[in-house]
Amino acid sequence: MALNSRRRFATLTAVLAVAALTVTACGSGDEEGGGDDAGSTGGGGAIDCAPYEAFGELDGKTVTVYTSITAPEDEPHIASYQPFVDCTGVEIKYEGSKEFEAQLPVRVKGGNAPDIAYLPQPGLLKTMVETGQVKPAPPEVAANVDKYMPDSKAWGTVDGTFYAAPLGANVKSFVWYSPSAFAEKGYQIPKTWDELLALSDKIASDNPGDEVKPWCAGIESGDATGWSATDWMEDIILRTAGPETYDKWVAHEIPFNDPAIQTAIAEAGKILKNDKYVNGGFGDVKTIASTPFQEAGLGITEGTCYMHRQASFYAANFPEGTTVAEDGDVWAFYLPSTSADTRPVLVGGEFTAAFADRPEVKAFQTYLASLEWATERAKTCGLGGCVTANKDVDPNLLENAIDKLSAEILTDEAATLRFDGSDLMPGAVGSGTFWKGMTDWIIGKDDKATLDFIEQSWPAS
Amino acid sequence: MTTTVLGGVGAGIIPEPFLRAESVAGKFFLMFFAIAFFAAVFGLVLFLASLFKGRSGEKWQGVIFVAPALVLLSVGLVYPAILTIIQSLRGRSGEDAFSLSNYSAMFTQPELLLVLRNTALWVILVPLLATGIGLIYAILIDRARGEAFAKALIFLPMAISMVGAGIIWKFVYQYKQTSRPQIGLLNAILKALGFDTQQFLINAPLNTFMLIIVMVWIQAGFAMTVLSAAIKSIPDEIIEAAKLDGVQSFKMFRFITLPSIRAALVVVVTTIGIGTLKVFDIVRTMTGGQFDTSVVANEFYSQSFRFNAPGLGAALAVLLFILVIPIVGYNIVQMRKEA
Amino acid sequence: MSTLQPAALPESVNDKTIAEPPESVRPGRRRRKSAAGDAARAITSPWASGLAIVIAVLWTVPTFGLLVTSFRSQRDINTSGWWTAFGDPSAWTLENYRQALAPGTSASLSQYFINTIVITIPAVVLPLFLASLAAYAFAWMPFPGRDALFVAVFALQIVPLQVALIPLLDFYVNRLGFGASYWSVWLSHTIFALPLATFLIHNFMRELPSELMEAARVDGAGHVTIFFRILLPLLTPALAAFGIFQFLWVWNDLLVSLVFLGGTPDVAPITVRVAELSGSRGSAWYLLSAGAFIAMIVPVVVFLLLQRYFVRGLLAGGLKG
Repeated sequence: MALNSRRRFATLTAVLAVAALTVTACGSGDEEGGGDDAGSTGGGGAIDCAPYEAFGELDGKTVTVYTSITAPEDEPHIASYQPFVDCTGVEIKYEGSKEFEAQLPVRVKGGNAPDIAYLPQPGLLKTMVETGQVKPAPPEVAANVDKYMPDSKAWGTVDGTFYAAPLGANVKSFVWYSPSAFAEKGYQIPKTWDELLALSDKIASDNPGDEVKPWCAGIESGDATGWSATDWMEDIILRTAGPETYDKWVAHEIPFNDPAIQTAIAEAGKILKNDKYVNGGFGDVKTIASTPFQEAGLGITEGTCYMHRQASFYAANFPEGTTVAEDGDVWAFYLPSTSADTRPVLVGGEFTAAFADRPEVKAFQTYLASLEWATERAKTCGLGGCVTANKDVDPNLLENAIDKLSAEILTDEAATLRFDGSDLMPGAVGSGTFWKGMTDWIIGKDDKATLDFIEQSWPAS
Repeated sequence: MTTTVLGGVGAGIIPEPFLRAESVAGKFFLMFFAIAFFAAVFGLVLFLASLFKGRSGEKWQGVIFVAPALVLLSVGLVYPAILTIIQSLRGRSGEDAFSLSNYSAMFTQPELLLVLRNTALWVILVPLLATGIGLIYAILIDRARGEAFAKALIFLPMAISMVGAGIIWKFVYQYKQTSRPQIGLLNAILKALGFDTQQFLINAPLNTFMLIIVMVWIQAGFAMTVLSAAIKSIPDEIIEAAKLDGVQSFKMFRFITLPSIRAALVVVVTTIGIGTLKVFDIVRTMTGGQFDTSVVANEFYSQSFRFNAPGLGAALAVLLFILVIPIVGYNIVQMRKEA
Repeated sequence: MSTLQPAALPESVNDKTIAEPPESVRPGRRRRKSAAGDAARAITSPWASGLAIVIAVLWTVPTFGLLVTSFRSQRDINTSGWWTAFGDPSAWTLENYRQALAPGTSASLSQYFINTIVITIPAVVLPLFLASLAAYAFAWMPFPGRDALFVAVFALQIVPLQVALIPLLDFYVNRLGFGASYWSVWLSHTIFALPLATFLIHNFMRELPSELMEAARVDGAGHVTIFFRILLPLLTPALAAFGIFQFLWVWNDLLVSLVFLGGTPDVAPITVRVAELSGSRGSAWYLLSAGAFIAMIVPVVVFLLLQRYFVRGLLAGGLKG
């Protein structure tokens, strides 16, 4: 479960490669988010308290928050609650766990639900709503979402009722590379899918041996092995079939083995199952299945591969001392689409669901959906990975380079955002046969058999 | 953390100060209070039992001795087991109308045969190997110099959490191309001997055996400890008597030691057998049940906690209940033999 | 409980002296040997020791590899085998331990240790109490339906504790009003341990010669007396064996305490801290090597301390003599 939630939780995207545990980025580190120093170091300015006063007397009340975000990334999160705490006197009790996804249903069904949970997948929201214990979002939250993040509202809606406001957001459509290696060889950032393949060809012919390859990839992730191959598929479906077909495919309005999807998997195979292109630093195609995703892209800094497709959070995996910047050791470019005009973006993120409707809970929910919170989050960011779904946050507040790039991509007018499809599918597929199918595909199963296998596993009801 | 949630539930049996504690002193007070409380309950049971005298009273004494354990087990395991059986009959979600759909879904799964085959491999090999190795080792080091240390070495794997064990074996099975520097021990040995390196966790059916090794590695410590305790509780008279009769060493093992520790052997084989049926964290953390390595318990876990199909998960748990019947039967036969 | 302590139980338990029965009891006895030890000698000593060493090495090497790894830098871990570390002792570093021991977000490591201890001790003692009582009744007290009940109890080992989580949590929260508390965790660990504990202790009890019990009955001793005076001392190895395993399971448990107690730093055990060392996405997984060893120290020490109770046939001769 741990690895599963690690990947699935989605707010803190780009966690920078710094000595993680030693950094006390900002905030007091007080478990209750209390104390004054959090405010002073984090720049947590006073906010307008009026929106929360409407909920009545909140002083001395407690709100419990349960998330999959653990140390050290939880610290800046807790710090971002400070203005609300100062305003209302509400105590926020934060609990992060890697076992979040298995634990939450147990606690909810056992009658011990937290007040608020950050759900990393819309699919999990649906499951929780089915228990009957999730409270619909109060109108104040809905108003904030309409104002600041209208595009993402649908993901927090189940059967026409709006429950969960988006919280964090992250960009998955990135290709990591080394700017200096590219400059040295004269490689250009590809602007279209064809250019990407042409570049791969060029790198492959420049490096005929077995040692260096254009791409490196790894989908091993313990009990969640296969997930990063599903991200590949989703990104390519968005590009070759388009967002509308993607939506139908995710909702199972077209079968999983639809011809459009077969085209996409064949396209994915051009890279992932091409011995000339992969797997730089690790071996043949099959090694993708046994390479841990955490290590898969390290070949970029070691010169054994040139490109690695992975979400923004991968920044945290480069060894200490690696600079992540446009002119640094590693950087990322947007995974290009079939034409330079379309910009589909695969995103992940999490949602705040409430299991209680006491005034203090509603007030905190409202704060988390506000521009004030998103701004505070950006200001107190520290480690990075603080992009929110809120479109009105000033991107310049984000100090972290990859965060800033993510925010720019997310707020780009031309961008078409789509949520990670496997997180929207039923669990048996999205965290089951889709992972398994893609893993089997890597180690030799053919395109059609793979898609047929996943299609027939789709639950009937 | 849940005081607010509990607010409306009403007063608990134990007042708040004895229920939760924030300070270190408070926690230790709570701990000692609990131990004293449990000891008092224990004493009460004994006192009640001692009130019954005579032969007819003996029956009641027996009932009173087992009562606390039975009450806890009924609440904590029997009741959930019954709920599980009911759930397995009520559709994927475990809340729909009664039907056998979960069982038909389970048996029409194309991979079920493979999963059952793997489970059989685990349940046969793990108890056999772990008990065998544990027994040999317990005998070899019995009364040897440095026995405590020697035991601790085999016992070590039991002391490591699953998280730790996962990484330990990563550095044994890790694969790198033959031409590259190896970081997995096993592949480094293969390479040094001039062979090609292997993807131990991907190549079926080798990978199932590789996972079984991990379980044997963990469980041998259990077998060794229990069997060693059993060997040490063989009364001296038996050995002395056998010696006076001129029994030779090897025969001593066969006819004295082995029969004397039979009960412990049954315990060890049964416990490891049942534990193996239930184990899924090794499979889950090392291969995620992929590459043809899944076992019934892993399928149970995935369906219940990941695929949001508690009904189907319950059906798989019921399959586990059924698979344990041979082990229970074996124990009944052993008990009969003894009686 | 102390008043009930058997007078016959030795004050100081020492491997060498106590295991040796008094000469007066066993005249003519020169050297103690175990049956098993004899068997080992029969396979001739060099072979026996050789085999023991091979097993010990095979069992230790993987762990040793992790121990070495825990002193290496992230880069070294990823690029070369741990055995190469001996070639370059200067590359050894304590950095992983420094990071693993650094105070977490909101609690020091010692707080997690204290929580673990508070969870563990009652969760070991309680099942030992209850299971030895039940095992005694199942072994030596005739009552109706005894054998069927016993089979049922040990067969309950098969129930995966995962199916019990929701019903039990519901019971604590809505019936008993415990909510998330230490009591919920202690009781849950006890329940999950009872089938195995009862089974294990029962089978050890059955092995004791029934003459022991009968002799005591003739002397007018009741079951309570027999239980304390005769059985408990004889069962020390079995109780110690079960005790150590229950200790380990509870010590290394993550799931049960997360469900019944929660994962906030004021209550969470050390396993919660170790699990989160790798960061939310597991990018710092190499820190787990150091974390695993930090969490392991106490169980290994406890095992070594309990060794002295694995003493053979404590009073077997004395009672009869």
